[in-house]
Amino acid sequence: MMDTIALLINFAYVVSAGFFVLGLKMLSSPATARQGNLLSAFGMLLAIVVTLFYAGLDYKWILLGMAIGTGIGLVAAYKVQMTSMPEMVALFNGFGGIASLLLAWAEYHQHPELSVFIALVTFLSAFIGGITFSGSMVAFGKLAELISSKAVVFKGQHIVNGAILLAAVGSGVMFSMDSAASYPVFLVIVVVALLFGVTSVIPIGGADMPVVISLLNSYSGIAACAAGFVIHNNILIVAGALVGASGIILTKIMCKAMNRSLTNVLFSGFGSTTQAAGDGPQGETKPATAEDVYYILEAADSVAFVPGYGLAVAQAQHVVQELGELLEKNGTEVMYAIHPVAGRMPGHMNVLLAEANVPYDQLVEMDDINPKMESVDVCVVIGANDVVNPAALDDETSPIYGMPIIETHRAKTVIVLKRSMNPGFAGIQNALFFYPNTRMYFGDAKASIQALVAEFKGD
Amino acid sequence: MEAVFLTFVFVLSIFLGFELISKVPSTLHTPLMSGSNAISGITLIGSLACLKADNGTVAIILGTLAVTFATVNVVGGYAVTNRMLEMFKKKDDKGAK
Repeated sequence: MMDTIALLINFAYVVSAGFFVLGLKMLSSPATARQGNLLSAFGMLLAIVVTLFYAGLDYKWILLGMAIGTGIGLVAAYKVQMTSMPEMVALFNGFGGIASLLLAWAEYHQHPELSVFIALVTFLSAFIGGITFSGSMVAFGKLAELISSKAVVFKGQHIVNGAILLAAVGSGVMFSMDSAASYPVFLVIVVVALLFGVTSVIPIGGADMPVVISLLNSYSGIAACAAGFVIHNNILIVAGALVGASGIILTKIMCKAMNRSLTNVLFSGFGSTTQAAGDGPQGETKPATAEDVYYILEAADSVAFVPGYGLAVAQAQHVVQELGELLEKNGTEVMYAIHPVAGRMPGHMNVLLAEANVPYDQLVEMDDINPKMESVDVCVVIGANDVVNPAALDDETSPIYGMPIIETHRAKTVIVLKRSMNPGFAGIQNALFFYPNTRMYFGDAKASIQALVAEFKGD
Repeated sequence: MEAVFLTFVFVLSIFLGFELISKVPSTLHTPLMSGSNAISGITLIGSLACLKADNGTVAIILGTLAVTFATVNVVGGYAVTNRMLEMFKKKDDKGAK
């Protein structure tokens, strides 16, 4: 009888896995994505409900944990601002990681005598889960600007990280050989994992966050996978592997979009090394007033907005949409050109613009707009800097040389919205500002665009 | 032998994951991330199955914490993804409102 129930539960898991796969498949188009997510959520619900039929569960603690978790999860999910989405994802991701660590710990505490294989996966689940947790918390702190988002580097950092990793491998081996006698070793593993998460994310600067979040996302999947091996549960392995693969692919895309290898992102402390003063391009900039910009836009046949993290900071997505709509009424073709690493997580800008009601068919990818850039009348760069810096194409001494950019400088006119002449995140002066076809429109992004909207409405 | 079987499932799932995810357009990368993040809360299933009434106090505390964190991950992840995906509209939808 018992076995029949367990068998049925495991069959239900197969169905759940099917829903996860189908859900991810439907994410391939914005038209079906929402349904896909609901299917995936349904698969999860099914898995949760059938799991509750296992004999001998402690329902009062389960109920307590799930009630608290649901409350926190729902409030957080509905309160969060779209601009703070990267922090939110980092936070949730960390929670998934710590859950894997705790699960491995609880299992080990209950059954300390493990075979070498199970001990090994228990170690992996706790270790990767721990890194995911503390790494995500640091990423969260950086994104929410609770701690400095700059890359924190110190002398001998690589040696420290190497020593930590060595300690981890050593204790992992010790633990796997004789788990029953290694409770203290397990505790060391937990501490080392938490420490390693901090020391490995702290040297990574804010602009590299898309890579880090993707990578941590992948870790949380792999940790869940390892936990699946610990308790011999296929659904954890399948779901964890899907997430792990997803994170790896996103990481690869992000690295490619910055023309950097993963090792370079993780270990170089980019943004901490600034160019020697006076090295950057210099020259005259041509400032423009709201009225000047209005006349330029008014006469344009096609306008491409190029948003960056500054758009999110200024919360300017709604006014930009309003301006875009006014331009369309004026007979102008409006596009939004989005660099893969614009913002602080993959697809960050797309979500913000979607929130402001920009239809997704107006969002253009970098590779699609660059070939026809010459035919674009005006590019409006809002809060983006390094992703439109032509030095990436032609200045071999530039730290961002080789990174693919949105080639706004080839448009007929470029308007750059900027607070001041301070260089961008990478600390690099932008050659674009000194191009003959560039006009600088100084001020807060939101206020500047509001002024343009007022000009259009004043007609 | 069971280890081999589990590894089999693992390897095939990784390949399936690569196939599926590489088809997701960059517009949807944030929802993909938060959605797959919610799936990684699958640890919840394991945490539930291991929270047995005959566990010792320490295991119960650890297990309850695991259930709580994993639930935040699952519920929050799916809810926030749904909220984001609701906002993605086509041009025609806008005209209809």
